[in-house]
Amino acid sequence: MEISNIWYFLSGLTLLSALMVVLAKNPIHSVLYLVFTFFCISGHYVLLNAQFLMAVNIIVYAGAIMVLFLFVIMMFDLRKNQPESKSNLTKLAGSVVAGSLLVVLIALVRQNNFMSPKIEGFNSQTGMVENLGKVLYSEYLLPFELVSILFFVAMVGAVLLGKREAGERNF
Amino acid sequence: MDLFDSIFFAKASFIGIIFAITLGIAAYSTYFERKIAAFMQDRIGPDRAGPFGILQPLADAVKMFMKEDFIPANSNKWLFIMGPCLSMLTALMTSAVVPFGDTITLGGVTFDLQGIDVNIGILWVFGIVSLGVYGILIGGWASNNKYSLLGAIRAASQNISYELAMGLSIIAILMMTGSLSTKAIVEAQQNGHWNILYQPMGFIIFLICAFAECNRTPFDLPECETELIGGYHTEYSSMKLGFYLFAEYINMFISGAVMATLYFGGYDYPGIDFVTAQLGATAATLIGAGALIGKALAFVFIFMWVRWTLPRFRYDQLMGLGWSGLIPLAMFNIVVTGLGVLLDQQILIGIGGVVVFIAGIVVYDQLFVKKKIA
Repeated sequence: MEISNIWYFLSGLTLLSALMVVLAKNPIHSVLYLVFTFFCISGHYVLLNAQFLMAVNIIVYAGAIMVLFLFVIMMFDLRKNQPESKSNLTKLAGSVVAGSLLVVLIALVRQNNFMSPKIEGFNSQTGMVENLGKVLYSEYLLPFELVSILFFVAMVGAVLLGKREAGERNF
Repeated sequence: MDLFDSIFFAKASFIGIIFAITLGIAAYSTYFERKIAAFMQDRIGPDRAGPFGILQPLADAVKMFMKEDFIPANSNKWLFIMGPCLSMLTALMTSAVVPFGDTITLGGVTFDLQGIDVNIGILWVFGIVSLGVYGILIGGWASNNKYSLLGAIRAASQNISYELAMGLSIIAILMMTGSLSTKAIVEAQQNGHWNILYQPMGFIIFLICAFAECNRTPFDLPECETELIGGYHTEYSSMKLGFYLFAEYINMFISGAVMATLYFGGYDYPGIDFVTAQLGATAATLIGAGALIGKALAFVFIFMWVRWTLPRFRYDQLMGLGWSGLIPLAMFNIVVTGLGVLLDQQILIGIGGVVVFIAGIVVYDQLFVKKKIA
């Protein structure tokens, strides 16, 4: 089988499941379609020979973040909290805004021919863990450390928000 | 094309064999679980079906298939069916990266005794483990029963909490081996240099997390019958319930195999050179695969032993142990391992770290914890 056929199949699947995220009526179904979309994107990483990104994408997005999403949505009483359907004016405004955004994006892509990496001299092993790690810890050391500081700050913030204050009811 | 055929044949037959072994071991784990429980409680256990009750798993399977397959009226039908399927799928997928041995050649076909040899092997295990919670979460929610939902939510938060400590304990191994590939980790442990000697603390953290990830006692809060009826599988019957129970036993066996791979030398066993010289490389490799399965079964026994010995945790104790006990301990272990790698004294510092830690606990206990007057 041609590898490009796999790419077309995977891209079609990605777009379809991403569409279903928006179109599904039940929020739980939306979340599950989103998980499936992440799997398809991981498949794209495998085609790009970036196994590490594939695994990390599954662990972080599908394994942790989406579980928390599902967790929160399951706490809702879905039958009571159905969002009432929007009026026709809102729908019209929404489609006009989204349509013009689409036009702008397409115009942008057509104007600038995005630089594609040169095929000759391209190392197909760039995505392997060893090479990725070396690049991260040498060329991009400062951004990497800044990102870790950002994560640390976010973590401290989450702990502070979750902390029970003095005198608060203890369930 | 010929090459493709032989690789495809070798992989397909290897995966089929591992699948059959896993299912067989999972089926007989249910039998031995009941036998061990009976032994610990001074009973006889199953003894009606066949000699020593050895046909009990078959009888159970027939019973499971014959029961009425009931789907609650207000449940979400497709998700209700999907839950057990996902549990089973994620349980079976982990074994793909466990190396059962080197390559062997039988009848001109080379068999690689590992499903996929990728250089991110341990991350694969980690990713699939983190997906394992979906089966329980979806099944519990789709049942449309508050006890199922509570069980599912408990399972999800427990898995997420213990994954962190598990990942941190694996990092210490990665620091020593310098590779994410499970094969490289096993090869670094050949000839008796098992990681348990270098990483006693990391192993204990990993073992506790494995108990929590498999939802086994003392961490089986998601199916705690005194509080939640049956937990996440309250509404399930017939073979769907069977899939959930079966997935738990498969998880136990696979996590035993992963622990053997990471900490107990994988397919390494004493006297491997002697066997290779006497019987040839093929026999030595096959005995190695047997050794790995034996180690995994020893872990399955430990899972059962603990289940019938220890009582269940309370939920806040469970969370406290995970977040304020195991995660700081795993970080301490990483620092100790880093010191060991830096000074090239890994065994000494690994054991020294445990001694320092225990001494610290004793001192803290003596100084700060007030004793109850008996």
